[in-house]
Amino acid sequence: MKEFICINCPLGCHLVVDDSDKNNVKVTGYTCLRGKQYGIDEVLHPKRMVTSSVIVLNGKMPVVSVKTKEAIPKGLIFKSLELLKGLKIEAPVHIGDVVYQNILDTGIDFVATRNVERSK
Amino acid sequence: MKNVRILIIGGGPAGLAAAISAYDKGERDILILEREDKLGGILNQCIHNGFGLHTFKEELTGPEYAQRFIDQVNERQIKYLLNTTVIRVEENLEVKALNEEEGLLNIKAEAIILSCGCRERPRGGVNIAGSRGSGIYSAGTAQKLVNIDGLMPGKEVVILGSGDIGLIMARRMTFEGAKVKAVVELLPYSSGLNRNIVQCLNDFDIPLMFSHTVVDIKGEDRVTSVVIAEVDDHLNPKMETAQEIKCDTLLLSVGLLPENELAKGAGVSLSRITRGAYVDDNLMTSVPGIFECGNVLHVHDLVDFVSLEAKEAGEKAVEYINESEHIKIDRIEIKAEDGVRYVVPEFILKNNDASEMTLKMRVGNVYRKTKIVVEADGEVIHSKPKQIVTPGEMETIPLKSDEVLKLRNAKEIKVYLRSV
Amino acid sequence: MYDCIIIGAGIIGSSVARELSKSKAKILVLERKNDVACGTTKANSGIIHAGYDAAPGSLKAKFNVEGAKMYPALSKELDFPFGRNGAFVLSFSEDGKIGLEELMEKAKKNGVEGCSILSGDEIRKIEPSVSKDVVMGLFARTSGIASPYEMCIAMAENAYKNGVEFSFEKEVESINKVGDIFEVKTVSGELFEGRTVVNCAGVYADTINNQISSIKYHITARKGEYCLMDKDLGCVTKATLFQLPTKMGKGVLVAPTTHCNLIVGPSATDVNDKDNVATTYEKLDEIWKKATLTVPSLSKSGIITQFSGLRAHEAGDDYVIGFAKDVPGFFNCLGIESPGLASSPAIASYAAKEIKNYLSLEDNPNFDGKRKAIKHVSSMSDEELIEAVKENKEYGHIVCRCEVVSEAEIREAIRRKPGAKDLDGIKRRVRAGMGRCQMGFCTPRVMEILSEELGLSLEEITKKGGNSPVVEGRIKE
Repeated sequence: MKEFICINCPLGCHLVVDDSDKNNVKVTGYTCLRGKQYGIDEVLHPKRMVTSSVIVLNGKMPVVSVKTKEAIPKGLIFKSLELLKGLKIEAPVHIGDVVYQNILDTGIDFVATRNVERSK
Repeated sequence: MKNVRILIIGGGPAGLAAAISAYDKGERDILILEREDKLGGILNQCIHNGFGLHTFKEELTGPEYAQRFIDQVNERQIKYLLNTTVIRVEENLEVKALNEEEGLLNIKAEAIILSCGCRERPRGGVNIAGSRGSGIYSAGTAQKLVNIDGLMPGKEVVILGSGDIGLIMARRMTFEGAKVKAVVELLPYSSGLNRNIVQCLNDFDIPLMFSHTVVDIKGEDRVTSVVIAEVDDHLNPKMETAQEIKCDTLLLSVGLLPENELAKGAGVSLSRITRGAYVDDNLMTSVPGIFECGNVLHVHDLVDFVSLEAKEAGEKAVEYINESEHIKIDRIEIKAEDGVRYVVPEFILKNNDASEMTLKMRVGNVYRKTKIVVEADGEVIHSKPKQIVTPGEMETIPLKSDEVLKLRNAKEIKVYLRSV
Repeated sequence: MYDCIIIGAGIIGSSVARELSKSKAKILVLERKNDVACGTTKANSGIIHAGYDAAPGSLKAKFNVEGAKMYPALSKELDFPFGRNGAFVLSFSEDGKIGLEELMEKAKKNGVEGCSILSGDEIRKIEPSVSKDVVMGLFARTSGIASPYEMCIAMAENAYKNGVEFSFEKEVESINKVGDIFEVKTVSGELFEGRTVVNCAGVYADTINNQISSIKYHITARKGEYCLMDKDLGCVTKATLFQLPTKMGKGVLVAPTTHCNLIVGPSATDVNDKDNVATTYEKLDEIWKKATLTVPSLSKSGIITQFSGLRAHEAGDDYVIGFAKDVPGFFNCLGIESPGLASSPAIASYAAKEIKNYLSLEDNPNFDGKRKAIKHVSSMSDEELIEAVKENKEYGHIVCRCEVVSEAEIREAIRRKPGAKDLDGIKRRVRAGMGRCQMGFCTPRVMEILSEELGLSLEEITKKGGNSPVVEGRIKE
């Protein structure tokens, strides 16, 4: 049994999910079908977007913001953040530039989410 | 003296959207004044995702959302000045601003759109006792230090207030290796979004303590611990419940205040509730020709709604300056009653055109199974049932043109909650 | 070898230093903190009391009345904020008449002019915000306000200009007299020699005195807590509003500051720890309740910060000013609590005269008593502003939006001597961070400027010296 708060709307339904049978996950406490689906997803394959920063060299800003291009499995959040430690990229940086390729074999990249010009 | 048709003060999300819509409405003589060294405003430091679901139907980070608008401003070659601080706005729409290159700028505008955002309520505003060393930051200041300057405020963190920025920073600090020991909320509910409570706190087992507050801060030079206690129904701390939490950092996320000093100086009347200007349905303030939109008008929770509101302000400002003469039209107050804290706009123009309109409002408490009612002279014009309304979530009430027409002809307009 | 070593760089120490620099002397000021004005000087009411309150014949009365008279000329010469705003001592009952008349009597004995008793209505005609519950009050027309830390900074800058040396982060550990020479040893291990020592150590002045003199004193640190209100609310009152002490206790004051904030306080709590300037939930609540008796329209939403300071209360209830009888050359300025700020110029003048005589010093022919404050964008006319930016474009870059403080002002605050070394030092000198957002917006930029000017890394920038780093490292390390 796992408990979640549904994030689809301000109602914030408290969902109780029984995942003892992975093929037949049972959700209770939801008010709408979106809530039920949320409960199932959170149990079977929870995913999160991860946003963070990376050090920039010779840029007008010392850091650039980055995100995982798509949501990655929730369990990989901290491992993915470790990959950014010590990483330094040279300015200029543009939105969408790949900063780190193929996070932990997920096939998903960290990409820049802002432009950083080169300092003169 | 420099003349400009439309002057926009603030180049954040509201200012950018207002400029674009004014341009698209046909105006070419537009100038944006921005005090920071880049456009985009607070979005530059909001590197988390969740922006733009309404506007672009995709989830963007703050800087990405801002860049889409900056690109549109650049495509239209709308003029802007960076590092330029407005120091005064006069009632006759003369503006004094300051920058390094041009020194003191005197600008006369035909319409001014104030889009200068809000600031965070500081520690003094919530009366937190204790020492006054380093390690105490408003959440937004910490956010800027981390996300713009790459600096780490501290390693062991307590956060007071469960507003969205506080929640976002709980996760952000965790990502950078800090231990967030607790988020403490004075009220019995959070003003933040559920999504942020789940994804910023619950995901990392950060405790959220409702009906608690910080009653003491220890450490002379640097914070060494904070003392928290439960509060009673009148929000007074119960000292017998006090407990000390070791930490080196206290972040405050205790509310946002529209930054209306310029408006005040120009003689604009301000609402005590929103702390923004009183506006009519054209988003015009009590001073003819001065408009407000975005967080300077009232604090929004989603930037998408800021952009929408600003778009409207841009269009209405163009309509205003294109009027052959400015006729003063009577305004009817929209009263907020029974659970409704405020409604924006606060006024609707009498006998004006029948157009669609969106009322924006917030409630004062958590209400379940209720409906939002718009009433004109005792007649229910519009009713919107809600499973739940919370103070943290702005409600919008889109009105059809025939409904608006009824309001324009009414003597008394009320917006209130009724349980169902 | 110094002619004079002054211990403490608060308002008393800095004033004595400047006053003594009018004589040819080698002067050193030792300060345990990293800047001037770090103790009681930075956290008090800022009132230049007219002098009707102190007991006739006391040193408090003497120096208060003399000192207050020096302010108009001094504030011009040193360019620090001062104004004569008048003060009322308010009574909420007819019984107060006796107390007010006693004050009138003291005023007369102390030689304070311009005092009279007014009715509640007369008072409200002058100050409409005063509660209708006020039935009468004493009006002291010569009461004033000053910015204590800005005055102290002005004193120190001018002292420095006239040759006084300042040495910071030098906490005195011991004083010994060897022959005619004082040996002052600091905690950090240095030894300074002086022919005279002036004890201006505030709440620690007893410790300093008791090391070397057999005449012992005892100073209690009496904490006063304050609330400061947004200047945007305007000066709710122009005059300083005191409450007449009653059986129920001493009241609090409501007063404008020289920058048009409103200050409310202080409480009075004796504390054991002389570094304890934490504010407390109970006292803040108490002063607020008392203040709203005077001005019922006060709204908590206008509070931007709270702070507290420690008054140096000596057991004898009066100042101790003069050479210690048993230690020639050791001069005490001890127990300087309210009306200390008002008294400070007169105390300094007296102390300097005594030391000059003791050492038979000559006048300093090169003494230049003029000092100009840093030019503030917020107080410039348009023409001045245009000129200022032409001369130095950094005047065109506003860093602190709430108080409209430019980069040029902040850089100058650091470059002047003794200059700002941290965020609080900047705040006291040019008000960046003093406003309604309380450093929320300008902190990162001010840190950068400090780091550039002082050659420090951002991690080394502190809020107030000591172990008060603003940040503790960089991300992704």
